[in-house]
Order: sequence, then C-alpha cells, then structure tokens
Amino acid sequence: MVAKDVLTEAEPKIPHVAGRRIIVCAGTGCKANGSEAVYEAFLESIAAAGAQVAVEFKSEGGDGEVSVTRSGCQGVCSQAPLVTILPDTVLYMRVQPSDVEEIVAKTLVAGQVVERLLYHLPDTGAACRGAKDIPFLNRQTHVVLREVGYLDPENLQEYLRLGGYEAARKAFLQMTPEGICIEVAQSGLRGRGGGGFPTGRKWEAARQRPNVKKYVICNADEGDPGAFMNCSVMEGNPHSVIEGLLIAARAIGADEAYVYIRAEYPLAVKRMKQAVADAEAAGFLGDNVFGSGLRVHCELKEGAGAFVCGEETAMIASVEGQRGMPRPKPPFPAYSGLWGKPTVINNVETLAQVTRIIRDGPAVFRQVGTPTAPGTKTFSITGHVANTGLIEVPLGTTLGEVVYGIGGGVTDDAGRLSKDGFKAVQIGGPSGGCLTPDHVNLPLDYDALRGVGAMVGSGGLVVMNQQTCIVSIARFFLDFTQRESCGKCVLCREGTRQMLALLDDIIAGRADATTLPLLESLAHAVQKGSLCGLGKTAPNPVLSTLRHFRPEYEAHIVQKRCPAGRCKALRKITINETKCIGCGACLHKCPVNAISGEKKKPHRINLVACIKCGACAEACKFAAVEGV
Amino acid sequence: MTTMQARSPDRAEQLATLRAILERHGRQPAKLIPILQAVQDEYRYLPEEVLSYVATALGLPPAHVYGVATFYAYFALEPKGKYVVRLCDGTACHVKNSLPILDALRDHLQVDEEHKTTADMQFTVETVACLGACGLAPVVMINGQVHSRMTPEAAVQLIEEIRKSEPAEA
Ligand SMILES: Cc1cc2nc3c(=O)[nH]c(=O)nc-3n(C[C@H](O)[C@H](O)[C@H](O)COP(=O)(O)O)c2cc1C
Ligand code: FES
Repeated sequence: MVAKDVLTEAEPKIPHVAGRRIIVCAGTGCKANGSEAVYEAFLESIAAAGAQVAVEFKSEGGDGEVSVTRSGCQGVCSQAPLVTILPDTVLYMRVQPSDVEEIVAKTLVAGQVVERLLYHLPDTGAACRGAKDIPFLNRQTHVVLREVGYLDPENLQEYLRLGGYEAARKAFLQMTPEGICIEVAQSGLRGRGGGGFPTGRKWEAARQRPNVKKYVICNADEGDPGAFMNCSVMEGNPHSVIEGLLIAARAIGADEAYVYIRAEYPLAVKRMKQAVADAEAAGFLGDNVFGSGLRVHCELKEGAGAFVCGEETAMIASVEGQRGMPRPKPPFPAYSGLWGKPTVINNVETLAQVTRIIRDGPAVFRQVGTPTAPGTKTFSITGHVANTGLIEVPLGTTLGEVVYGIGGGVTDDAGRLSKDGFKAVQIGGPSGGCLTPDHVNLPLDYDALRGVGAMVGSGGLVVMNQQTCIVSIARFFLDFTQRESCGKCVLCREGTRQMLALLDDIIAGRADATTLPLLESLAHAVQKGSLCGLGKTAPNPVLSTLRHFRPEYEAHIVQKRCPAGRCKALRKITINETKCIGCGACLHKCPVNAISGEKKKPHRINLVACIKCGACAEACKFAAVEGV
Repeated sequence: MTTMQARSPDRAEQLATLRAILERHGRQPAKLIPILQAVQDEYRYLPEEVLSYVATALGLPPAHVYGVATFYAYFALEPKGKYVVRLCDGTACHVKNSLPILDALRDHLQVDEEHKTTADMQFTVETVACLGACGLAPVVMINGQVHSRMTPEAAVQLIEEIRKSEPAEA
C-alpha cells in the first residue's frame, strides 16, 4: 500500500537528543485527564533517581533543552493521558502520576517496558509496544500531523531544528509570488475547510489584483461540533500554520494577516499567541520578514461563539467588528474582502499543508490521495467507535478502513465492540450527510462524497450504533443550524424552524401522511432560498437520513414506533403480568394516575394517560415494568 | 447595572479599567469585539451602561454596539455566576448521552434553559457545541477546565466539590 511507504519515510526525526526523551501529551483531552500532574511527576521522579538517569539525559543541542517535554495530541485520545518515550518509541496509556516512578525505574534505568501501561489489542489482548504496532496509528499517513505528538509546541527552536520556517524563508527570499502560486496549483491542493476549492487558483486570483493593500486570514473557527482537527494541529504544531500563513501572504502580496480562532479552544489560543510572539521575536513576522524588506504583521482574533463566522464573508464582517452576517458572492473575497480589499481565507489545515508543499515540493504531496484530490486529510473520529481520536489518511481512503481498520469497529452503548452495531456515520457535521454500512467501500474524497449527498466538510466523523435514533440525530443537527442561523434570509430563519417543528411532530407521534412530503419540499426550499452555505446545507442531515433511513421515519409516523427505542413519547410502557405481584408501588408513584389494578393482582397502564416518565419502573422492585 | 451600583465605591476604579481597555485597543471601532470580550472578562457580563459608554467612546451608535453584543453567543447581557459550567452538546458528546448530564446539573442547581444562573450567583449552566475533547466525550468545562468522560453523577459531584471548597458565606 502506498500509504505505508510514505509512513516509513515520514518517520518523525525528532530525537535530537542523545539520551532519552519523555514526551507527555498536553492536548486538550490529555490535559483534562491530568497529564500535567504526570509531567510534574516525571520531573520529580527523574530528579530523585539522580545520576543514574541524568547521565542518559545529555542533550545534543545543549541549548537548555529539557528531556521531559510536552506535546500536542498523540492521537489515541480515548486512552488519555499518553506518554511517549524516545528513542525506544514506547507509548504508554492511561498513565497516572503514581505510575511514573515505575516507568522511570523500569524503562529509563533498566530499559524494560511496563506491560500494563501498553496498548492492548481489543480482539486478541496482545500488547503493542509503540505507535508502529498499534493499528489505529500505523494505518494512518501523517503529513500535517507528522510532528504533532512529538514536537514541543511551545518551543520555536525545536521547530526550527526540524526544518521549520525554511519553506517560508525560501518563499520570501528565493521564490516569486507567481512561482509560489504555480507550485501550490501544481500540488493540486484543495481547501481543507469544507468547500474543497483549489488553493492555487484562489491565490492566483488575489495575486493578480494590481498594487493594492491585501490581507490573508487563517480560518481557525472550526465550528463543526464534534470535530477537533484544526484544534489539535494548532495545539500540536502552531508554527506550521503560521508558516503557511506567511507563505500565503508572500504569494498574494499581503502585509497583514489574521488568525480568526475559536474562543472555545483556550489551549489552542494560548499556543498560537505564543507562536506569533516567538515568530515576531525571531524576525519571521514584522517589518522585515527574513531580511527581505517585506512586512507581514499577524494578529489573533478570538471568535465570540457564532458558527456562521466560519463562513468567509461572515468572518470578514466579524473581523471588521460587525455582526457576523454573510454577504452575497460574487464578489469573492479574493477580489473584495476585508475592508473591500483582496483577501485570501484559508483553513488551518490547508495552510499547514502549504508549508509542506513548499518545503518538499508538489510531487511529494501528490504521492498519496487521488488524482482529483491529492494529499492527506485529517479527520476526527468520535462517537460509538472503539478508538476515538484524531487521524490523518490519504484522501480516497475508504469509509470501512477508517471505521474498522483504524477506528477498530463500532461499539454498543456500554462501550463493548459490537459486530453488527454499525448504523451510520455523520460526515461533515451539521452541513454534511450520513453514510451507512452500504458505503464501507466508498472512497472518502470530495467528489465521491458529493455523489452520495454527503461532503468532506471539515472532516468530523461521528460513528453511530444501532441504538441511535436517526430521526433524533437529524433533529439534533437541524436544531444546531437553526440556532446558529444569523437570521438574514427568511427561508433559513423561518424554514429551518418549521422543519424542526415537523421533526418534533414525528418524534412526538403527532405526524401523519402529510408530514414527510411537507418536510421534503420545505428542505428543498431552504436550500434554494438561502444566501450562504449555512442555510444551503442546513437541510442536508434531514435529506440524507431520509434518503438512507426512510423506513425508520415511516415507523415513527405510521406505526408510532421508534425502532431504536429512544423517542420517549413513542415508548409503550407495559406491565409484565407474570412478574407483577400487585404490590401497588407503581400505582402510588404514577403522577397521572394512569395505573390501575387490584391489590395482589397484576396492574395495568392506561397508555393514553401515560406520560412515559418512568417513575413506575423506578418504583417496581420486580422489574415488571417494561419498555421504559 | 446592579453590579456597578452595588459596588459604587469601586466605581472610579471600574471606570479606570474600562478606559484602560479602550486605550489598549486604540479606541478603534473595528476593535469593538475584542473590546467587548475584554469587558466581559472583567465584569463576567456586559452591563447596559458599559455598552453605552463603549458606544460613545468609539463614536458608534448604541444600536450597533447592542447589535453586536446580542449577535455573538459569547456575550451575556445578564451577570453570570462565579463558576460557569459549560456542558458540551456537540455531536460527539450528544451521541454519548450528554443530555442526561445537563438535566442532572439543572436539577441539582435548580436552574433551567431560561434561568441559567443560581440565585446565589455561584453557578451558571450553559451548553456549548464542542470543546475539542470529543475523543473523551461527554465533557464539561468549568471555568476553562475540561472534565472528560462525564456521567450525571460525576458532574453533580464536581459541583458539590466546588461548593465545599467555597467559604460558607460566599
Ligand atoms: C456555515 C459555514 C461554516 C463554515 N465553517 C468553517 C470553519 O469552521 N472552518 C473553515 O476552515 N471553513 C469553514 N467554512 C468554509 C469557509 O467559508 C471557507 O470556504 C474556507 O475557510 C476556505 O478555506 P479553504 O479553501 O482553505 O478550505 C464554513 C462555511 C460555511 C458556509
Ligand atoms: S463534541 Fe463535545 S468536545 Fe467535541
């Protein structure tokens, strides 16, 4: 497989340390699970172990490098906190401060592994020593994530030693703007923010605008709920994004850059802020970038919690200090954007890829992926799947490889692997669509997905098991976009609200034969009658679930039954006559007097009066109440 | 408003803070959003009279400032509690049953969709769409600190721990 070759080639060349290096994951997930305490414990333990260990820790560079470092997301978020030890490439999981002493004694001093902290394959139980043995990691192809998980994101020196800012330096000192646009166009890179528009073309359009002020903006507003790829890239390798932004600025001739970043990611904000400050201090940003005489200033803008601001024209309005309302295109921002000037907006991952393309050349980039969608793409894989976390694979990788090969299979509600559990995957967030087990061989790329009514979008993949009610999920997404509608277009504002009311009817058992046709025609009207992508795509989750799960909708409407048993109003609560001893506990608890029966004889529930609160089931000591 | 009047001895100091925020942003109308963010970080909400003050200082119509303040979810026109509990209801957390956690928190703190803040101004319960820790869903963020793999019971316990760590007459 091509992917594998690239992986070996792409071995992180981090160990610039003579001795060992301990890398404690400090991504959002690991931090939430106490990785900071683990980091502290390592520092203490190593100091306590003294000379025995310290000898090993001499660093080559000698510029104050410490051998216990923090990193961005190491990928296996479900097993947080993670610790990698180089050069042994041992990966420990669920490490607690109390484990640290043992790791120091066994691994650092005696060179053995601590078995119980390794990853164990869920099927055979075999222990995996490090990233190379874990299917979740070794089936991936890391390009933008290559150093995420190894690199110390708060240390510019380390990024530089790995060839950091060489691409930007080359762009400013050796390449012409036109040359940069040509290389990016040759790479075939398409925007990773959702639309998949060719980046080279966008840049060329902006470049050709005659001598005027221009801007570049990094779109770090990752709004798709359930996706955190951009977050992890910024937390794990912030300079690679800034470097890409610098290259974009050089390519189109912009002297001001903005990073519009989601405020709900405090750690990413902090690391990006520091990266900008460090790059400024090093002379990579400022009035004389790399001594070229050109200026590029970069400013961070924190979002204020509006999904629609991820849309480029709304983002421009927000940077200008206005309400984040989209405006019609054309004119496209590349012609008239921020303050009416040519502006290029690119996603975080697009920019991180640009850094690679300029550094390694377009041909290397094209080695993986498909001819129309070259390169790799990050996805976040979450929901009912054995391995949740951040992944990067070539575009065109099949859905089955992602869910089963990398994700390790679908789990039930209790977290156990379940062979027939796979029901659907939502891809592309609230603007995307769902895929089903029929699509396991579908390649994940822009065109193939569009063909089945879904989209790559930002790259959020949420896996759902059989216990998930598809109608409720469609309602969940629509509820999200409905709340986030900026209110400018009537059909987006009111249409989504009416669609939501129809879905509520279905869930509550009030729907009839007219509901689905009305829902569908309204959905098409909202698509047509909305100005921006938010409204145009808001009906997608409803339309795509209708396409693949129509019988489930019909069961709700015709039989008043929720096949997944999730919709409360459709539950049929009954008392099992053979189990009921007639104690009357439920009868006394029922708040609406829906239960009747004589003492010591089986009781009954009047389903018309029942409000499905479940109080009877709680009161029953004999588990006689069923269907709650 | 209540805050400013209640603490009127501090008023001069608060005005000075406000002026410092405005100066830091060069009193530029384009910086309205960062200014409001800084104000909110200071007061935990945007008091009405502060909005008017900012509008005058930036030479903007108050309606514009009010429009921006109401557009973005981050801004609150009502005071928030000392602890802001943000339950994630992003897709990943939602499919891992985040809603029962919300119900438990609201029940426990006697708040609801409309009244998000407890009477003693200690806790505000909000929902948020994704905190970037989806791999560890469901998650809750309390004053910037992320807590992962939550259950209704664990979330309530977190609240109780905070309550206990607070001085009795807070
Ligand atoms: C409602 C809506 C939300 C969007 N959110 C994002 C986002 O969070 N991040 C992003 O990069 N692009 C987002 N986009 C796409 C942007 O408008 C724009 O196409 C993208 O930033 C261009 O960058 P790219 O060419 O590098 O992909 C969104 C679009 C719409 C319509
Ligand atoms: S969906 Fe909850 S953290 Fe992402």
